[in-house]
Amino acid sequence: MGIASAALALSATACGKSSNDTGSSSSSSSASGALKAAIAYDIGGRGDQSFNDAAYAGLKKAEDELGVKGAEAEPSQGESDADKVARLTSLARAGNNPVIGVGFSYAPAIEKVAKSFPKTTFGLIDDTSKTGPNIANLVFNEEQGSYLAGVAAAKASKTGTVGFIGGVEVPLIKKFEAGFTQGVKDTNPKAKVLTQYLTQPPNFDGFSKPDLGKAAAEGQLDKGADVIYAAAGLAGAGAIEATATAGKWAIGVDSDQYKQAGLAAYKDHILTSVTKDVSGSVYNVIKSVKDGKPQTGEIRYGLATNGVGLADSNPAYTKMTDLIAAVDKAKKEIVDGKITVKTAP
Amino acid sequence: MMKIDKDKLIIGAAGPVLALVTSFVLTVLVLLATGLDPIEPIRLMIENAGYSDVQVLIVNYTAILYLAALAVSIGFRMNLFNIGVEGQYRLAAMVSALVGAAVDLPGPLHILVIVLVAVATGALWAGIAGILKTTRGVSEVVSTIMLNAITTSLVAWLILPKNFGVQPAGSNDLTTGQIPESGWFPGIDMGEGGQIYGFTFVALALGVVYWFVINRTRFGFDLRATGESESAAQASGVDAKKMIITAMLISGGLAGLAGMPILLGESHTYSLAFPVGVGFTAITVALLGRNHPVGILFAALLFAFLEKASSSLDIAGYPKEITQIMQGIIVIAVVVSYELVRRYGLRRQQQKVGEELAAGGAIKTDKEVTA
Repeated sequence: MGIASAALALSATACGKSSNDTGSSSSSSSASGALKAAIAYDIGGRGDQSFNDAAYAGLKKAEDELGVKGAEAEPSQGESDADKVARLTSLARAGNNPVIGVGFSYAPAIEKVAKSFPKTTFGLIDDTSKTGPNIANLVFNEEQGSYLAGVAAAKASKTGTVGFIGGVEVPLIKKFEAGFTQGVKDTNPKAKVLTQYLTQPPNFDGFSKPDLGKAAAEGQLDKGADVIYAAAGLAGAGAIEATATAGKWAIGVDSDQYKQAGLAAYKDHILTSVTKDVSGSVYNVIKSVKDGKPQTGEIRYGLATNGVGLADSNPAYTKMTDLIAAVDKAKKEIVDGKITVKTAP
Repeated sequence: MMKIDKDKLIIGAAGPVLALVTSFVLTVLVLLATGLDPIEPIRLMIENAGYSDVQVLIVNYTAILYLAALAVSIGFRMNLFNIGVEGQYRLAAMVSALVGAAVDLPGPLHILVIVLVAVATGALWAGIAGILKTTRGVSEVVSTIMLNAITTSLVAWLILPKNFGVQPAGSNDLTTGQIPESGWFPGIDMGEGGQIYGFTFVALALGVVYWFVINRTRFGFDLRATGESESAAQASGVDAKKMIITAMLISGGLAGLAGMPILLGESHTYSLAFPVGVGFTAITVALLGRNHPVGILFAALLFAFLEKASSSLDIAGYPKEITQIMQGIIVIAVVVSYELVRRYGLRRQQQKVGEELAAGGAIKTDKEVTA
């Protein structure tokens, strides 16, 4: 049966050794030489122009500014927790500290691996359900940033109808929807919010296929929406394209999409973007380990710390003084605790 | 007799071997074309497979693929193309996880209930395609693909917190709740390597049952006969419609079992992170294994090896996607090489018959000498 399986039969006799045995000599972070940091990506991996890329940007910044040696690992399709455990273990054994799992699907694996490597700090993005003395839970108040987007959308809308497009119908994206809807309704109780999700798990096309975002946006435009907020990763680019082509307002997500080269043709119609500082959170946890004061427990990035927020790089946006005033007021009220934003619709 | 069997065996193995060699050569060419060392990633994969934890991953994944591929192959034996194994697997895992978390029974009984629910769900879901085919003439290829899409929506709806789902505090995941410990299938502890799922042995046992049923029972004969020629089977008294429904039910039931190793051995819940794609990989595995329980076992082992041994290639700086390239080429190469081998076998058979006819009465003595 072929070369590969013959080789497998050969190597199967060499068992009893675990892949974790390699490189265990340098497992402690206090070892001499440069600090090593690793990130394990979520589905999609690097190049998704969204979540994973933001995490990579944080690692890159740490490499440039802190002299850290970075490592990356991507998941395989259809893997189980056991595969994630194996990946995180090999990264930790190779002496990486911190090891950061991008996305909530790493939670069960990090809980297991963190116990085996008490001296290594583990960053876990978007999850606080699994905690430990050496786990830093990096979480974001996406709903707060989305609330501000809702305020801006309600103010900018002339038709009184705005649209929300979610990439994949998962709890994380529902936080965006909940905040946005609440922001719109609090600003203009008569406004109508059209909501649409592109795909349902385990079909994650809704985060990656721009044509889906485009079709959804066109549908909402037909129904009279004149501001559309898409929280859909790469698929959101399609929504921005459709909205800009129709001459309406688009609201971007995750990073300041007004500045994205790929969307330069449509940037005049990108009103603002809800930013989520994933790269900053990755950088911070690496820096904390380097400084000898590793982060632990829940590290929350909200409006108060500018972990989430609204981008203001579009000059047309900054000219809308009435809108800016409303957004600033809402921001202050959220930070002061006068407004509590819901996390589920 | 011996001579014919040997010929059959060689011709049977020639297809997969040809496919594997082709895919291996093409993968090396792809690596060369991208300017990478073509041998190093393969050497790394072989080295990885020497580690105990990777071996455990390979064995466990083999069991999952094996069950799913058995499900596909029982359809193939009947000329039924059940593309819906993926959907049957997911729905069965989800529903059985729900039931498993809802009931609390003593150990073995709890596991039995979960397994039976999984089998029933998978069978029911595949049975829909079977009924559509026998009553309305809908191709099972079309209906099972559509049922896959419906599964995605149905599971997404069922797992919403307002229906049956549970969202653990602080998590962005959705689960079906945790199955109590009495519903966990004990595994074999391999120390640092991890745990081999206990259900792996059930999978192997089912392979034996599969072989026995297909080759040694009246039902298996009817199944193969219907697969060869529906009209001929019908003429000899086989109820083809009943066979189609039965085959779909068994196929779906086996597909439902494919989720059990992980559900009972590791995750103990169905969540958004539950592995997907098993049912599609299984189609290739069944093809490569020529629908034979032993062939499928080797094919599943090979695919599990490719998948798991390559998972850390990217840390070493090589694209692990080469595994997908290899698997993709195997699919095409398998189809092509089987056809080539089939034609060659046919020609060889004809030649032989011709030779035998030409030799006339001398065949008998000839045969006795070689035997």
